[in-house]
Amino acid sequence: MPSPEPGSGGALLYEKRQGVYPKAVDGPFRRFKWLWMALTLAVYYITPWLRWDRGPYAPDQAVLIDLAHRRFYMFSIEIWPHEFYFVAGLLIMAGIGLFLVTSAVGRAWCGYSCPQTVWTDLFQHVDRLIDGDRNAQIRLQKAPWTAEKIGKRALKWSIYLVISFWTGGAWIMYFADAPTLVREFWTGNAAPIAYSTVAVLTVTTFVLGGFMREQVCIYMCPWPRIQTAMLDEKSLTVTYKDWRGEPRGSVKQARQSSVPLGDCVDCNQCVAVCPTGIDIREGPQIGCITCALCIDACDGVMTQLGRPRGLIDYATLEGCAQEKAGGPPEAIVRTIFRPRTMIYLGVWAAIGAALLFALGVRRHLDISVAKDRNPPFMLMSDGSVRNAYTVKLRNMEGRPRDMVITLVGAPTAVMWSDDMPRSEASRALRRRVGADLAAAVRVYVIAPAGTPAQDITFTLRAQDEKSGVGAEADTHATRFDAPGETS
Amino acid sequence: MANDKRIDDATGVETVGHEWDGIEELNNPLPRWWLWTFYLCIVFAIGYAVVYPAIPLAHSGTKGLWGWSSRGQLANETAAAQAQRAPLIAKLAATPIEKLPDDPALMQAAVSGGRAAFRVNCVQCHGAGAAGVAGLYPNLNDDDWLWGGNLKEIEQTITHGIRQPGDDKTRNSLMPSFGRDSLLTGEQIADVTSYVRSLSGLEKGSASAARGAGLFAANCVACHGTDGKGLRQFGAPNLTDAIWLYGSSRDAIGATLTNAHAGVMPAWTSKLDPVTIKMLAAYVHSLGGGEDFAPAVVASGAPVPAAAPSAEASAHAKP
Repeated sequence: MPSPEPGSGGALLYEKRQGVYPKAVDGPFRRFKWLWMALTLAVYYITPWLRWDRGPYAPDQAVLIDLAHRRFYMFSIEIWPHEFYFVAGLLIMAGIGLFLVTSAVGRAWCGYSCPQTVWTDLFQHVDRLIDGDRNAQIRLQKAPWTAEKIGKRALKWSIYLVISFWTGGAWIMYFADAPTLVREFWTGNAAPIAYSTVAVLTVTTFVLGGFMREQVCIYMCPWPRIQTAMLDEKSLTVTYKDWRGEPRGSVKQARQSSVPLGDCVDCNQCVAVCPTGIDIREGPQIGCITCALCIDACDGVMTQLGRPRGLIDYATLEGCAQEKAGGPPEAIVRTIFRPRTMIYLGVWAAIGAALLFALGVRRHLDISVAKDRNPPFMLMSDGSVRNAYTVKLRNMEGRPRDMVITLVGAPTAVMWSDDMPRSEASRALRRRVGADLAAAVRVYVIAPAGTPAQDITFTLRAQDEKSGVGAEADTHATRFDAPGETS
Repeated sequence: MANDKRIDDATGVETVGHEWDGIEELNNPLPRWWLWTFYLCIVFAIGYAVVYPAIPLAHSGTKGLWGWSSRGQLANETAAAQAQRAPLIAKLAATPIEKLPDDPALMQAAVSGGRAAFRVNCVQCHGAGAAGVAGLYPNLNDDDWLWGGNLKEIEQTITHGIRQPGDDKTRNSLMPSFGRDSLLTGEQIADVTSYVRSLSGLEKGSASAARGAGLFAANCVACHGTDGKGLRQFGAPNLTDAIWLYGSSRDAIGATLTNAHAGVMPAWTSKLDPVTIKMLAAYVHSLGGGEDFAPAVVASGAPVPAAAPSAEASAHAKP
């Protein structure tokens, strides 16, 4: 992190952003980052276009957050609002997953998977494509605004804008049928919220990825702080092995020096390739997102000089101390498999297993009963007692189903609903609930004079031609109130 | 405190001089974009104060260039909501209430609208659950109606009210105060009470009830009918069923005979538009005791209680 100019005494009102022009680099970590970037971007852009056949009554988009109809589709899983705990469970898993990854491999999220990192990386490739590598970029930045510079800037920023627009555009595809939405979007028929969402995400991607870049990590994002607090002496961080590198000096200086110099030739390649513009040789710091590009750069130089690789490497504090004392380098496997990571893994896996179990045994129909409490019961002119209930039936399958509501308890009572004549009152009501729909039925239960207040239960049973009669059932316990005693 | 400023060893940055339990704050400069954001907020705030009402003055405040006000916004939103409802309202206005059940969607919309209007206009007396108040306001959930319980009759009652002075079509009748006006003696009132209570099985037949039967035939049948089942054209309640607005105890019935009740409900025609009244009628009708259109209902009362549920269910069948 840049510090204020010496002698300023902290009196500066602000600090100008130091431009970061990372140099292109090649190496195993860079190649892994390429692969990972391609994968994460592909997942983001392609997922909404995957199709998944759910029959005639449900959308055929594999992953869809249908806010208008309050459904969440993910391949074969369909989540209703009352099952939101699945989403909560997934979020908890994501949180613990981050803990797990952080305790095992340090700030790997920051270095490889964070959208800010991925898009910044993408934009920096655009910089190199248009302006050239590091030195050309610095030259162009300092150059006056000639026609060439204006042209290059216009081209570069246009590419930024296209990428940003694509990013914002892909986001809304998760919330509606993608092909339909694209057609509506370009014909001006999409919802205003679609346009404003795309606009906001385009602007944020453009500004955060194109211009703010490492400032987001250093100043805005709370996650580096949290992760920094989670790191311990067994966490992998990108480390400059100063006991091996210092005192640093070029090959020429080493020849002239009276004392033997370290392996670091002070070539500054680690600084040149850093996407956040830090010097890793200053030690662990919040600006380091552990993207490991400096490892690639340094390994390249060490190979050229015929020195062993790993002057900058993934290492743990504990491993460093051990190595410094003359011990062998610590095996990375041992840092990954330790009690802390195993506990995180255990909790993470347990929540996952519980969610899968809940998903496997969940019912595809549901009854919920809300009893009228004002008034709790009605005395009818013949002295009989009537209670009213709002009964909600949910059919969570992609086909219409016949269901039967049965009254359990209060043996002398009968019920009818407000859309049928009271003369047809009985102990069971048959309803057809549309595919993937909820239906509300207003049910009156009436019992002869003198019936005491008691607990009753409504049972919902699917008359299912597919899986056999009464294959699925759900119950809801409630109360029948009568004069003299109310619940 | 400000004198405690020092250069931090680890970073070489000056501290601001504050210290909490050994934790000190470094006086690092703000990033420039942050400062820009801050200035932008100031500019925005000035612009906001110019275009929106912002600065309080002695009696009101600045109006703002855009003329926005929360009342104005409410008016716009209300107008928009009304414009949205306009087709429904027009359809309701054009549909006579008798035809409402033929269009279930319209009926449902009317019930929803009525529920909202009920919350505003009716709950003060009839209660949020429309269960009324014993001794004062009738329960609208049950199947007993003083002035009729089909859609048309309910609409009529809401429109013109009950015993509303100045409304020609208001529901009107007046039970004599037999005791207060010395039409019946105290003993006679006790006898009539015995008879009336025997009609619905609250008391067994007795000599007093037998005497009361004669008095009832002489004084009450004109309105309550020879069988005591009431006449809706006079709003005379059915005395043979289980529902007693003013109570069924000897004291309560005696009090009614002595000082008659004459409940009043406002005529809503002056306060609510016909569509709202129609929606209210649909809502009240939907509460579980609404009656279908049939000429027979006028003379009806409730049938006698049945013991078995199946018999009861058929006994409740509407003609």
